[in-house]
Formats: sequence, structure tokens, C-alpha cells
Amino acid sequence: MIETDRLHIHLGDFRLRDINVSVEENEFFVLMGPTGAGKTVLLEAIAGLINVQNGSIRIGGRDVTAFPPEKRGVGIVYQDYSLFPHMTVRENITFGLRYHRIKKAVARERLHRLVADLNLDPLLNRLPTNLSGGENQRVALARALMIEPLVLLLDEPLSALDPRFREEIRGSLKTLHKNTQTTFLMVTHDFAEALSLAERAAVMNDGCIEQTGSVEDIFRKPVSTFVADFVGMKNFFTVTFAGKQARINGLEIDIAEPPPDGCTYLAIRPEDIVLSTERLHSSMRNSFPGTISALIDQGLYYEVWVESAGNLFKATITKRSLIELGLREGMNIHFSFKATALHFF
Amino acid sequence: MKAKEPFFWVNISCGIMIMAFIVLPLMEMLTAPSFSMIKETIRDKDVLRSIWLSIYTAGLAAIIAFVFGTPLAYVLARTQFAGKRLIESIVDLPIVIPHPVVGIAILSVAGKNHWIGQILSDLGIRIMGSVTGIVIVLTFVGLPFYINAVKNGFENISPRLENVSRSLGASMFSTFFRITFPLARRSMLIGIIMCSARAISEFGAVVVVAYHPMIAPVMIYERFEAYGLRYSQPVAVWLVTVCLVLFLVLRILTLRTGKSS
Repeated sequence: MIETDRLHIHLGDFRLRDINVSVEENEFFVLMGPTGAGKTVLLEAIAGLINVQNGSIRIGGRDVTAFPPEKRGVGIVYQDYSLFPHMTVRENITFGLRYHRIKKAVARERLHRLVADLNLDPLLNRLPTNLSGGENQRVALARALMIEPLVLLLDEPLSALDPRFREEIRGSLKTLHKNTQTTFLMVTHDFAEALSLAERAAVMNDGCIEQTGSVEDIFRKPVSTFVADFVGMKNFFTVTFAGKQARINGLEIDIAEPPPDGCTYLAIRPEDIVLSTERLHSSMRNSFPGTISALIDQGLYYEVWVESAGNLFKATITKRSLIELGLREGMNIHFSFKATALHFF
Repeated sequence: MKAKEPFFWVNISCGIMIMAFIVLPLMEMLTAPSFSMIKETIRDKDVLRSIWLSIYTAGLAAIIAFVFGTPLAYVLARTQFAGKRLIESIVDLPIVIPHPVVGIAILSVAGKNHWIGQILSDLGIRIMGSVTGIVIVLTFVGLPFYINAVKNGFENISPRLENVSRSLGASMFSTFFRITFPLARRSMLIGIIMCSARAISEFGAVVVVAYHPMIAPVMIYERFEAYGLRYSQPVAVWLVTVCLVLFLVLRILTLRTGKSS
């Protein structure tokens, strides 16, 4: 549905280089990356709001690289809602109708369905300034979907919302995606959002695509240290292999099976590391002694940094366990993990 | 209550001084002429004609600024390009040029020795001593005030609103008239007020280009020169009163549209 081919964009000091993204029809695709990676620039280029220096963009089989935004069949929803402040909710939603050949009856039926799906009925005659964040975002979604675009671009639609509304809009996004033929392309810096919504995703860094694939694959098999870090795999080490043994800087680690060829990194998620004051006698064959070098309060949980043979491991632990184990900085401790929790790339 | 610091009293006294400096002379001027004199002045056909001329030439100048200045203001607000600073400085030039110089500059283009002046005279358009000349001068001095006000207005409208409108199928023209224009209406009205206020107060440039037909400031000056303060004051009272009423009405209109949007 969307295909970019060797896309290059210069925008002031910022550049996107060699962007090849392919999104299937009716897919929910997520573009992830930290702030400043170029996600929004790519999104606006697809919408036709930014000039492209090189390469091409195809939407629905047509090369739209030279098309103005209004001819691309692309809807856009921004983080700040961008509702027209001088129009009522109903006027906002129906804004695009006059530019499309939609039969009155069809339009009416669609409006009814969107209003019902997004629970907008009580808001129709109100002005956007009097609405909450979640309500505003629902209106923005209805407005974009009212003309049934081929593609709906979502620029961090959940970021500006309170946690309560975020849940609500996330639910709405799922329903809408299921109920329409539209392809969704969402930009986010939050990997958890991608996990809960998308089928496939791409990770961007510094103007380039680092990895494309199913969300599951990106989560389990990151191809670079950057992606590993981005998906929360905070422990990664350069590694050498010898049969069913992996060696990182003085530690010998049992692995379940020999890794694919060409792997140079070993990674493990912080939540897969178990901390104990004594050496554990369990099925986990990898258990090492270490020293706690830092305890970092992350709000709902603690991140424990453990040093062992010059390697730094990061483990997460609940506040309750932290207190029960009596952890403090400088304390000697054991940490263990299963061979199956290891990732190689 | 805590004693105020000296700093506070310095601010307050400077503020009071400035208020007095502005309000006192105006009050004095407005209250000096007797009621019968004011009444008599407004019966004077020449006075009426010059006040009306002042208002409608200033109004025309504002309309010209609106028609031609709005697109430029939009470009300056929305795009970045090499030389933008230069364009902005050129727009501001009429503010800093001494007023009689403005008049002389316009006459030097409109004169018989210049090809533009030749074309104009071939077309039968006279600048010197004509209403056309007055409107041109007033537009010249009023434009920067309109353009700057409206440019600020456009800058305060998020470009994302226009992006969304275009993604919904609206062309750039349609987007401008359905989104940008209604949202900038308030700043346009403010721009029109600023521009016509500046235009109506112009004297130096007009007196060079067109002593006759006589706009109100020129008439006030003439009466002051010929008959003295007492005879110029009533005309000034009428000019100020009419202007204040007009601007008040416009101001109320802008506030009302501001609330509803």
C-alpha cells in the first residue's frame, strides 16, 4: 500500500537517507525511534507536506512523489489533534466531504458509524476548545477517517494524552483499524505502544531505517545494539562462541544451541535476570556472583546494576523484592538467567 | 501589608508621568473650544469635506494594504528563504523614512521626468494635488503596519491545521479561505485599524504631494497658520472624535469575532 524507494530528504540540517519502507494493505504498521530520528519527517513526506530530494513514494500502486497532499488519499492525525478551532466537532468531521465524490446517504451512514464507534454523539455541536484531550483525539480520528483515505498517518497520537485517555484511544485505534479498509501507519517513540497495536514495524535512528520486520521479530531478534537498546534489551555484550559456550569478557555462558553464523553480540532483557543473595540451585545453569554498583528508582520498579568480571548487567526488580532481598549498593549478590533467555545478533 | 520597595515606586511614578504626558494635552485640546464653536465648525462645508476625505482616503489605503499586503504577509509568515530579512526590512522602511521625504520620493517617480510618471500622465492619472496621490501616499506609510500585524497573526496559526486540511482534500486556495483566513480575521482587522490609524494621521508626506484637496490634518495646519490656535482646535476635536468612534466600533467588532472563534 505504501512503498518508499531509496528516499532521500534534506530539511535544513536534517537528512533522511535511503529510506525503503513497504507497508501492506490494511496493515497496522509502526515507525519507531527516539526523538529526532526523523519519523515525523518521513510521515510528512508520505503525506506530501515535505519535498523529497531523491527516490519515490508509491501509495496504492500509484507513484505519488510529485502529487500535492490533497491528491494522495492520505489522512493525517497529529499528536496535538490540530482540530480547526473555529468549527464545531461536526464541521470538523465533515470538512473533507466536499472534496470527494461521496453520496449523501453514504456520508450520512459513515458519519453515524464513526460517531457511534468513537462515542462522539454528545460532542457534535461543541467547539474543540471545550473538549478534553481524549475527546479531541477521537474527533481528529473521525475527521481523518470520514473520507476513507487509503492510508491513515498517525503522528504520536497517544503521546499528549493522560494515561487514562491513552488506553481509551489505543482501544479506539484497534477497533477502527478492524472496522475500516484503511492502512494505518503510526509513528511513536514508545516501543510498548508498538507491541500492543502493530503487526509490523520499522525502527529508525538518525535518519536511517535500522530494522524492519514483525514487531515480534524486532522484539526478539534485534539486528543492532541500537535496536536492542530501543526495545529494552539493556544488556548486550560482544561475544565469542565455542560450541555450546559463549564467552564474554571472562564469563562463560551456557547456551541452549549454537547461534546462527556471524553473530557477534549476546543480549539479555533486564526482566529475564533473577537476583538472589545465595547461589540458586535451579534449572538455570547460568548463575554468576557480582557486586551491586547502582540501584536506580524507575518509579514502579528498580533497575539494579550488577558488576561481574568487568561486565555490567542491568536487572529489573519490584520495590517489594528489593526490600525483601535487602539490596543496597556495594552488596555481593548472585544473578542467574536461563539459556533460552539469551538473544544473539 | 509589606512595605513596597523603592523600585515599585519608581515604576509607578514613571507610569503616572507618562499617562499625564499623553492625556493632559489631548484633554486640554478637546475641552478648550466652546460648545458653540464646535457646533459652528461642523456646519462648515470645508471642514466636513476634509474630514470625510481624510477618512475615506485612509480607508482606501487600508483596503489596498489588505488586498496586496495579505499575500505577502502570508509568504513572510510561512516560508524561509534567502533574503527574507531584506524583504522584511524593506517592508519596514516607510516607518523610518521622514515623512516629507516620502512625499518627495513618490513625486520623483510620478513626475514627468520618470517613465512611470510618463505612463501615468498618458493614462490621465494625476498624482500631484489629487485624491489618487493622497491615497498612494497613505498606502505607502500605512502598509508596514498592516503587513506586520497580519504576519504575526499568520505565524500564530499552526501550519499543521493547513496540513490536515490539505490531507482532507482541500487545495491550497481552499485551505486558505476555509482555515487560515477565518483564523487570521482578527489580526487582519487589527492590521486594518493600525494601517488606517497611521494613514489618517499623516501630514508631512501628504502636504508635499497634495496640499489640495485638503485632508483634515492639512486643514488644521492651515487654520493654525492663518488664524491661530483657537480656530484650528475645533477641527482637531472633530477629527479626533470621528476617528476614536470609528476605531472603537472596529475594535468592538474584532473582540466579538475573537470570542466566537
